[in-house]
Amino acid sequence: MSLLEVNNLRICYGDTAVVDDVSFVVRRSESVGLVGESGCGKSQTALALLGLLPRDASVSGSIRFDGAEIANTSQRQLDEIRATRISIVFQDPMQALNPYLRIGQQLRQILLQHNLARGTDADEKVIAMLARVGLPDPKQQFHAYPHQLSGGMRQRAMIASALIARPDLLIADEPTTALDVTVQAQILELLEELRDDTALLLITHDLGIVAGRCERLLVFEAGKLVESGPTGAMFAAPASDSMKRLLKFAPRIDRGAILPPAEGKTVLSVEGASVSYRDASHRELRAVLDVTLSLRQAETLAIVGESGSGKTSLVRALLGLIPMHAGRVVYAGQLLEGAVQTRAAAQRRDLQLVFQDPVSALNPQMRVQSIVSEPLRVHAGEQTAQVRLARVVAILKKVGLNESFLHRFPHQLSGGQAQRVAIARSLILEPKILICDEAVAALDGSARDQVLELLRAVQRESGLSIIFISHDLAVVRSISHRVAVLYLGRLLEVADTALLFSEPRHPYTRALLDASPVPDPLVPTHAAPIKGEVPSLLSPPSGCVFHPRCKFADGVCSDKRPLLREIAGVRVACHHAEVLLKHP
Amino acid sequence: MMRYALHRLLWAIPTLLLVIVLAFLMVHAAPGGPFDDERAPHPDVLATVEASYHLDEPLPQQLGRYLYGLIQGDLGPSFRYPNYSVSELIGHGFPASLKLGALAMLLAVLVGVSAGTFAALRQGSLTDRAVMSFAMTGISIPVFVVAPVLVLLLAVKLHWLPAGWSGSAGAAKYVLPVITLALPQIAYIARLTRASMIDVLGRDFIRTARAQGLGTRSIIRVHALKPAMLPVLSYMGPAIAAILTGSVVVEQVFGIPGLGASFVQGALNRDYTLVLGIVIFYATLIIALNLIVDVLYGVIDPRVRQQ
Repeated sequence: MSLLEVNNLRICYGDTAVVDDVSFVVRRSESVGLVGESGCGKSQTALALLGLLPRDASVSGSIRFDGAEIANTSQRQLDEIRATRISIVFQDPMQALNPYLRIGQQLRQILLQHNLARGTDADEKVIAMLARVGLPDPKQQFHAYPHQLSGGMRQRAMIASALIARPDLLIADEPTTALDVTVQAQILELLEELRDDTALLLITHDLGIVAGRCERLLVFEAGKLVESGPTGAMFAAPASDSMKRLLKFAPRIDRGAILPPAEGKTVLSVEGASVSYRDASHRELRAVLDVTLSLRQAETLAIVGESGSGKTSLVRALLGLIPMHAGRVVYAGQLLEGAVQTRAAAQRRDLQLVFQDPVSALNPQMRVQSIVSEPLRVHAGEQTAQVRLARVVAILKKVGLNESFLHRFPHQLSGGQAQRVAIARSLILEPKILICDEAVAALDGSARDQVLELLRAVQRESGLSIIFISHDLAVVRSISHRVAVLYLGRLLEVADTALLFSEPRHPYTRALLDASPVPDPLVPTHAAPIKGEVPSLLSPPSGCVFHPRCKFADGVCSDKRPLLREIAGVRVACHHAEVLLKHP
Repeated sequence: MMRYALHRLLWAIPTLLLVIVLAFLMVHAAPGGPFDDERAPHPDVLATVEASYHLDEPLPQQLGRYLYGLIQGDLGPSFRYPNYSVSELIGHGFPASLKLGALAMLLAVLVGVSAGTFAALRQGSLTDRAVMSFAMTGISIPVFVVAPVLVLLLAVKLHWLPAGWSGSAGAAKYVLPVITLALPQIAYIARLTRASMIDVLGRDFIRTARAQGLGTRSIIRVHALKPAMLPVLSYMGPAIAAILTGSVVVEQVFGIPGLGASFVQGALNRDYTLVLGIVIFYATLIIALNLIVDVLYGVIDPRVRQQ
């Protein structure tokens, strides 16, 4: 008998159905992947299973759990099932855990509520559970508040809370989307390891995550279940257009065309750049340390790294948005220095920035026309309104938006359209260098693909140089000529894209590649390549900053900081680069 | 946290100094003096009396003299009650005011928080709207209107409670003044609690708690109450100030021999030192209580504590 049986599920807000006529089953101890783009109704479905939808949602159809109907049942009955029979892990553990309560108290409350333990027995059970999810020093972490843990540790605590009452079904709703890729690998491994015979419903937008992990897949699109079946068969022969599209637009780190190295002359060089911050207690925090990089004409240089790697600080400093504490930036033979307001107009015009979240980067009270023409009004004041309009129309056409978009407000745009408007705004001054800070991270499949294609097209036509910041190596592979790998503000490796992906020199680069999920069930999933998480910038490790997580590290690595040196056409900062090159 | 408290404590000194100087100037700017009576005393007598209190000196000098005394903890003698020092008068009036204020505050927090939470859990319902209309009324009607109406209704007409202070013994005499004083604060705290509770109940970690099967009561008690109390706690500073000023009126209306009553009498009599003494005393009290509120903030919110 199926553990969970959903029949004709329909979720409406007013007259709009966000989930419609969805039926599926989850069997005991089975792992099922639920995939689809954002807004397809996958999270709504998950919330409906636990009766957690907001009050204005109306649910119809049937949800049978272990034989009993739980759709539209009483809160009391739901409370008996929650945690003990069905539990859930949410996306962002910082939001999902109570910041005002110690971790231990939050877990303990579950045991007390369901009469599973009390007193010191409950405390011991909680500590044992925290140990199982791999929290170091669980007795101490029992008393920690969520903000005192790292992102990965918080998600481990969240998983502990979901498993402590031994449920039959665990729902994981984008459990690793807020985490770094090396931590993602650890968390997915942990989920698989701990669930025993608990069934898993894994919700994600990333086919790479479900490929090697789930036995069956459910594909959602626009509130409907469009395809389901065994994972291997669906990847090998997708039946629905949705699954075909998802597969087509899922970037892969292991295949696809790679751009050859760019040959143009150097347009921008950063030499020995350092950026520091001070935290609330005035302790110095070195976000970027001694980074040297250059960018050629018509080249896309990707900067990759996990959170805290300093990639955003680096570009902000070179733009003059934050002070650079050491080093210099040369653009077109001239020194770029000082805050952005003090720089020459031409310098400001030539370097433009595109942000991650297009919706918050666009003024909600301005129409597309004013948004895109604003740089013109600032930088080329004499033009008539007609000339400006013509240029706006032309640039919008270039990014694939017709004139009907001129009078729209940002909230009337999709994510992809909004990002194209943001890019149009950055391109209208015909800059020489475009800096994209996680510019496609918020976009799904086809929208992401369109933006990447747009960037490539603009580069071909106008010789634009692009600095492309991203945490996603698969995306980086498809867009960049060269890749720089940052870790804790230090540059660890710079290589042409083809070389970086085929022969990564630095152990950290290797780990990043191994940790990146591949949307193909035939490619074996690696065990989490590295343990631990990125250390605090406040106390960076001695010597090579990566040495505490590196399996090749020895005495030299903890004593001496490796300098960036060139080995067989690749610049790499590792004491053992030569040896590693010979013994992959 | 300790450093922060110390920092705030140091800042309290200039604040207090500013209050003292402003109050001193304002008291002296008021027309008339402490010894102006209906029957004007002989000019020579007046001059002698004023000289003995140094009122003939230039104002800056008087201020300097006053501050010098203050540093030594001396609030000076009362001008109108020559046998008492200002400190003694404050010590005499404060216990009644303290009891009144503390009870009002307690009542305001208990009733306000409960009513606000109650309304938040039934957002949009009839109960919610009833509680909120009551709160709106409570905020809109000033103390000097509420007090006589309550007295008229509950004391004079229904004889349930004593109308005044004197002559009546026991706890009953506290009921009306405390309610009068607490009413606008109940209303305000109820509104604050409702708004912040609705906000907290919409947060993701409450959804997590619901997903854990905690049930409404546990969710409020364990997860929601603490964060929802933060705005209420921030309001405690202004609330304390409001209760102190409110008690000036309430003590007058109910004839309570508290500090508020002394203050009004002192002001009418141009009893410079008494008025100044009470102002300084209240200012210190408000600054100190605000400091405690800030420290409590850190106790509730662990992220503040760490900074």
